[in-house]
Amino acid sequence: MTTVNPVHDPVALSGAGAAKARGLGVFYIAMAAFTWLVFGQADEGDATLRLTDPGDAFHDSFPDLVFDPSTFGYLVAVILAITGGIQLTRGFDRWQTAVLAATSVLFIVSFLGWAAAGASFSLVGMLQASMVRAVPIALGALAGVLCERAAIVNIAIEGMLLSGAFAAAIVGSVANSALGVLAAVLVGGLMSALLAVLSIKYRVDQIIVGVVLNLFALGLTSFLTARLLASNPEYNAAGIFQSIEIPLLSDVPVVGRVLFDQNLFVYAMLILTVFVTWLLFRTRWGLRVRAVGEHPRAADTLGVDVYRMQYRSVILGGMIAGLGGAYFIFGSTGRFDENMTNGRGYIALAAMVFGRWHPVGALGAALLFGFADALQQKLGLLNTGIPTEFLLMAPFLVTIMVVAGFAGGTNAPAHDGVAYVKEGQ
Amino acid sequence: MTDTAVRAADAPEIMPAGDGPPSGESPFREALRSISATNWRQAILLPTLALVSALILSAIVVAASDIDNLERLGSEPGAAIGTMLGDIGEAFWALVRGSVGSLRAISETLTNATPFIIVGLGLGVGFRAGLFNIGAQGQMIVGGLAATWVGFTVNAPGLVTIPLALLTGAVAGGLYGAIPGYLRARNGAHEVIVTIMLNNIALLGLTWVLKTSAFQAEGRVDPISKPIDGSSRLPRLFGFLGRSDLRVHIGFFIALALAAFVWWLLFHSTLGFQFRAVGKSPSAAQYAGMSVTTLTVLVMALSGALAGIGGSNEILGVQGRAAPGFAGAVGFDAISVTLLGRNHPLGIVWAALLFGALKAGAQEMQAATNVPIDMIQIVQALIIIFIAAPALIRAVYRIKLAPEGQGGLVA
Repeated sequence: MTTVNPVHDPVALSGAGAAKARGLGVFYIAMAAFTWLVFGQADEGDATLRLTDPGDAFHDSFPDLVFDPSTFGYLVAVILAITGGIQLTRGFDRWQTAVLAATSVLFIVSFLGWAAAGASFSLVGMLQASMVRAVPIALGALAGVLCERAAIVNIAIEGMLLSGAFAAAIVGSVANSALGVLAAVLVGGLMSALLAVLSIKYRVDQIIVGVVLNLFALGLTSFLTARLLASNPEYNAAGIFQSIEIPLLSDVPVVGRVLFDQNLFVYAMLILTVFVTWLLFRTRWGLRVRAVGEHPRAADTLGVDVYRMQYRSVILGGMIAGLGGAYFIFGSTGRFDENMTNGRGYIALAAMVFGRWHPVGALGAALLFGFADALQQKLGLLNTGIPTEFLLMAPFLVTIMVVAGFAGGTNAPAHDGVAYVKEGQ
Repeated sequence: MTDTAVRAADAPEIMPAGDGPPSGESPFREALRSISATNWRQAILLPTLALVSALILSAIVVAASDIDNLERLGSEPGAAIGTMLGDIGEAFWALVRGSVGSLRAISETLTNATPFIIVGLGLGVGFRAGLFNIGAQGQMIVGGLAATWVGFTVNAPGLVTIPLALLTGAVAGGLYGAIPGYLRARNGAHEVIVTIMLNNIALLGLTWVLKTSAFQAEGRVDPISKPIDGSSRLPRLFGFLGRSDLRVHIGFFIALALAAFVWWLLFHSTLGFQFRAVGKSPSAAQYAGMSVTTLTVLVMALSGALAGIGGSNEILGVQGRAAPGFAGAVGFDAISVTLLGRNHPLGIVWAALLFGALKAGAQEMQAATNVPIDMIQIVQALIIIFIAAPALIRAVYRIKLAPEGQGGLVA
């Protein structure tokens, strides 16, 4: 049972093997060439990335990021080329992931500079938006992590988000928003209980169950929206949560706006990520869940009740996904619309894979996907000529590269997706 | 994720139909034997009970979602229950009327069933080989776009353009389907995740392509393609009646021909035997000298090609141009069709007719009563749950179905 924990073993993130290291080196060189040829040719004029917005504390004293995008592009290209050279010759050993992350940030900033040449836009605003947009993806991905660590594949994240959102809208309108959130959590738990019963007790193929639950959630919520909510709008007016500023901390430039001036769901996302990490990797319960995911027979032999661990883990995951559903109401529009999750559950699945079945990795992936989402909105305003569809595609392309092993090995639980049959049954 | 070998080996085989190696029997007799097999209860009773249970449950949903009526239940229960039953009866009557009640209804049923058959066949081939292709939607989009392009660029008689457009659609869909097959075979990437991602990529790519000058209709700002040439439209079956509401087209017969082809391929060709061998046990197939890698890519390519033809059929036969939602949810509905049809071409045709009828009937139901069309999605989902978990049906109806029972839908 070798569950490599990416956080404590950064080398593993990019996988072992000379071929992969070489691939990464070539990737750096390609990025360098691209940066030189595209971002180096940016339009005249400085790019201004605002780190504070008018009205923020310290707005007058804190500087903005102002640079000449063309020069910066050349600089980044050179840095990338050198990094690629080092990667190809001697490698970065345990710093490989950190280097990849740092160069990626440089690449993105260079891209932003290229897009904003001669103009100015609010970087801090975009980061803040990224956090918000990451919420349903991150919570869905956490649900996926909990299920798949217990060897139950969860394709139904989408359906759990959608049904959670629906429950939140109705209960939030009829009663109050606290009960609305609670209802979403319960309905998410209910959906995942269905997933658990069908795949554990009845041993239906887990992918079929997932597909069916998505179909069922979409059908039922659309049906009820058309039949119930359309004619009774008072059942679909739940309102939204205001953002909560954490005193003092929210005044810290950049970080304050991004981390400490958000609505409840962003805080919940961060706290739950820490909680699930602790649960899975620091508690006996988590060890057992992971044992079930890797080798249920061994766990069973040692006296772990495999099915019970699976039920609990899956239902807990579903509740978290349900909370992610509540975000669509209280964290976003305040009302339910047909199919309003619009594939976020599948992006969450991608984030889970990209995050290598680890809560922190999943959060990181979700933030990246949230950033891509926020970016495509901003790019529309900046008029760069890049079709926004391509940016939205990025998460899916990256995920394919990850599962295909082009960018770091996967880390899927060994027994993922296979129904466990006790001996003698 | 895990190796299919494990899943395939764990899952007991409950496929009812002609599974043995090709025998000397005449194809027709074997087809008959396969539906009237010893396992007929499994093949007919189970789907029927699943359908009935699903309809009953959705009737309850219809009744329970009429809030105003439910409020009356306390004060005047008799009238409320009467309204309830009346509503349900009316909805189901509309379902029947809209699916088989008139020539137009039958035409709509067949029009809806056509893509279900074609795409469902593709998924069935995949399931038989142990591959779960969730990417039919993306493959339909790519295939349909390719066919659209042929449709509005090539100027020739229909006898040339129609086969050319269908073939282009098949090749495009096949190539798009081969990607997850290749990644599965060479890199071990799970086809479910890759196909889900490719669906989203295709959807986004579609809205982008439809805004490029090569595709976008003149004078439009929204993403919509130029209309295809009249000659490349699939001829309508009832064209001689001169009624524009009879939409069923020759694609239905193409679908039936494809079903016969897939049946022959799966059960009477060496390649089909190899497909099924890989599905049952990749390692055994490997030992027998088959190339699992090649077969995996081939199966996914064939699956994608059929989905591509399904997408082309929607363009050439029904819509005449590509718009962002042209593939609809057919790619997902076809999963239900294939499961209900138990991965057998004949079963898939029946299941597609049933779902086509439900879809046509639901349109009438939505128009005539206040029951939304989304009800059939609930029915579909419930059918599949019951089909996939026969133990549920057994428990509800206290009958004996197959002794082995569970799982095994994906062979």
